Amino acid sequence: MPGTTKANATTGPVAYINARLLDPATGLDAHGALVTDGELIADVGAKLFTESPPAGVDIVDCQGKCLAPGLVDMRVQLREPGEEHKETIASGSRAASAGGVTAMICLPNTDPVIDDVSGLEFIARRAREVKLTKVFCYAAATKSLKGKELTEVGLLSGMGAVGFTDGTRPLSDPVVLRRALSYARTFGTVFIQHPEDSTLARDGAMTEGETSMRLGLSGIPAVAEVIQIDRDLHLVELTGGRYHVAHISTAAGIDSIRRAKVRGLNVTCDTAPPYFALNENAIGDFRTFAKLSPPLRVEEDRLAVIEGLADGTIDAIASDHAPQDQDAKRVPFAQAEPGASALETLLPVSLSLYQNGHMSLLDVMKRLTCAPADVVGLPLGRLAKAAPADLVLFDPDAPGVIDADALVSKSKNTPFDGLPVQGKVLRTVVAGRTVFEAA
Amino acid sequence: MNAPPASTDTVFRHRHLLGIQGLSPAEITLLLDRSETYVDQNRQANKKKSLLKGRTIINIFFESSTRTRTSFELAGKRLGADVINMSVSSSAIKKGETLLDTAITLNAMHPDVLVVRHPESGAVKLLAEKVNGSVINAGDGRHEHPTQALLDAVTIRRRKGHLQGLLVAICGDVLHSRVARSNIYLLQTMGARVRVVGPPTLLPDPVARLGVEVFHDMEQGLKGCDIVMMLRLQTERMQGSFVPSIREYFHFFGLTYEKLAAAKDDALIMHPGPMNRGVEIDSEVADDFGRSVIQEQVEMGVAVRMACLDILTRNMATTEAE
Repeated sequence: MPGTTKANATTGPVAYINARLLDPATGLDAHGALVTDGELIADVGAKLFTESPPAGVDIVDCQGKCLAPGLVDMRVQLREPGEEHKETIASGSRAASAGGVTAMICLPNTDPVIDDVSGLEFIARRAREVKLTKVFCYAAATKSLKGKELTEVGLLSGMGAVGFTDGTRPLSDPVVLRRALSYARTFGTVFIQHPEDSTLARDGAMTEGETSMRLGLSGIPAVAEVIQIDRDLHLVELTGGRYHVAHISTAAGIDSIRRAKVRGLNVTCDTAPPYFALNENAIGDFRTFAKLSPPLRVEEDRLAVIEGLADGTIDAIASDHAPQDQDAKRVPFAQAEPGASALETLLPVSLSLYQNGHMSLLDVMKRLTCAPADVVGLPLGRLAKAAPADLVLFDPDAPGVIDADALVSKSKNTPFDGLPVQGKVLRTVVAGRTVFEAA
Repeated sequence: MNAPPASTDTVFRHRHLLGIQGLSPAEITLLLDRSETYVDQNRQANKKKSLLKGRTIINIFFESSTRTRTSFELAGKRLGADVINMSVSSSAIKKGETLLDTAITLNAMHPDVLVVRHPESGAVKLLAEKVNGSVINAGDGRHEHPTQALLDAVTIRRRKGHLQGLLVAICGDVLHSRVARSNIYLLQTMGARVRVVGPPTLLPDPVARLGVEVFHDMEQGLKGCDIVMMLRLQTERMQGSFVPSIREYFHFFGLTYEKLAAAKDDALIMHPGPMNRGVEIDSEVADDFGRSVIQEQVEMGVAVRMACLDILTRNMATTEAE
C-alpha cells in the first residue's frame, strides 16, 4: 500500500474541514468538520466552522471524503513475542495504520503465551515504543492455553486485559468453560470462544464436502461450529457469563446466536471478511493462502454471514489478521498453517458489503468501529466531543486491486490477491497524530 | 531413433500427469492405445527400446511402495532411460528438508521425468510447480493415482473390448482411496457407469455428487455389474473407528462367490493390490483365474507407465525442437 507511516508527528490542534462525517454510533452522516486537540476530539459537527476555522490551527481539507472513527480491530495476531519473523508489534502496527485501523486487540497465543501480568506489560511497552495504532490485548483464559487451569482473570483485567480467550483454540472442557464464564462475570469481562468442536475438527484441513472429497483432503464438518456454540450457550445461560463468538462462519452457528439474542442472552459475535467475501472455491487446486481457521465455507454459509451482518446478529467485523511466512504456507495443504494477513484488506473488502448493496455505509462502519469497541467495553469508535481522536479518512469509491506484494505487513499471505475492490484509506489519525497518509 | 510417428489426430496437451481430472476422452484414449502397443513389446524376449536413451527419470517415493515403484522403474528401463530410485521416509522429511527444497535439489540434477508419490494430497502438484521436467503423480494422499486408473482401464478394455456402457462397482474404502477417485473420473469420462459400494463410514458423504450410484449392500450393488473393483482396507481403519471389526467387515463387504453371484456371469474381479485376503476379498475368489484379472493389472501397469513416459517425453521433444 503506497503511503507513509509516521510515529512522531506533532499533536497541536488540527481542523478537518470539508469532510463527510460518518459517526455510526449516532447515525451522523453529514458534511461538516471536526477539530482535534491533543489526543481528543475537541469538537465535531455539521455546523462547525461554517464561517472559517480559527487562526493558529492546522487545517486538513478532507475534500468531501469520509471522515469516520478509526477502525477497531478486535481480532489480530501480532506474533510478538515468539514469531517475529512473521510479524512484530512494529510491523503489525504499520500495517494497521495503513489499513485505517486505529486500535487493535491482539490474541494471547504468542510464545510465551500472554497468561500473566508481565506478558501484558510487555505488549503495552512495545506498543508505547512503536506509538502507531493503539494495541490492546486479550489474556489467555487458561494457563499456557492448555484448557485446564484459569489464569488470574481479576489481576489481568486490572492490568488492562480487555477480554479472555484461548486464542485460536476452543476452550473445550465444559467444566473449565463454566468456571471461566462464572468467574469472569465478577470482573465484567468477556470470554471469547473459537467456535469449533476440536474432536470433530481434528486433522481437518478444510470444510468437509464435495470440494474436500475431490481434493482428497480431510474435512471438518461444518456442524463442528454450531455444536460448540450450542453447548456453550447452555453454559452461558447457566452462569450468566459474558460470551462472544469469534469469526462465526456457518448458517447454523449464526442462527443459534440469533435465537440466543432473542432469548435475551448476553452474547455477541464477529466475523471476518473472508467469510462474507469468499467461499471454499477459493481453495481451487490446493491454494494454501485460502487455508483459514475456521475454514472457508460453502456459498450458502457465505450468504448467511452477509444476512447475519445485515440483520445485526453479527455485531462486528474483525480482520482476523494471522500473518504466516512462506515456510508456513509453501507446503502440502494439510501441513500448511491457517490464516491470512488481513489488517490492510479489512476496510476495502468490508466496503464490498456497501458497494454490493447489502448494507448502508454507516452500518458497515458500525461493525468496524463502535460495535467491536462496545463488545470489549473500550470507549472507542466514536466521533464525539472528548472522545479519543482516532480517525480514518477514506474514499469509499476509489477503485483499486489488492496486491499481496504491496502489503506493509511482514507477511503477504492474503487470499484476496488480485481482487478488485473499492475503498482507499487516505489518512489515519491516532490520538490526534497522523500516523499514515496515502501517497 | 526408431520412435513411432507421433499421433497426428490427438495431442496430449499437458506437461505433467498429475491426475485424471482434466483429461479429455481423446487424451485418455491416446494413453490407452499407446499402452496396448507396449503390452505386446513386453511379452517379447527383447523388451528393451531406446526411445528414452539419454533421458533421466527419478522415482521419488515419500511413502513406501513396492509394486508401483518397481513398475515405474521397469517401464523407464525398458524404454532405455537412466532410472534412479529415491525413497524418502516421512520422518526424514520432518527432520529438516522441506518438500520444496527436495524439489529444487532434484531439479538441479536435470531429470527429464520425476515420478512422485507422497502421503499428502496436493503435494505432487506443489512439487511440479518447482521443476523444469515432467512430473507423474504416482499417488498423492487421497487425491489421485492416475496411472492406476489407466492400467485398470487397459485391463478392462482388453477383456471387454470397450469401456463405454459398462457397469462398474467400486467396493470398500472409497473415503481414503485415491485409486477410487481416479477410477471414477476415468470411467465416467469414458462413458462407463460407476457404482460405489461400502459402509457409510467409508464413503464420503457427498459421494453421489461425483455422479455415482451409492450402495451400502454388496449384493444390491453388484447386481448386473460387468466389473467388480475391490479396494484395499488400510489396517489402521479396520479396528473400531471406521468399521467395528475385520470379521464384521468381511461378513458384509468381503467379496465371496456368494456375493459375486449377483454380478454378471462374466464379471471381472479387480484389485489394485496389495490384497488383504479374508478382509476385503476371499482367497478363492482372488485366485480364480477365470475371473480375477489382478495379475493382469500388474502386467498392464508396466505398459501404461511406459506409455505415460513415452507421451510426456515426446511432448518435451517437441518443445525442445521449437
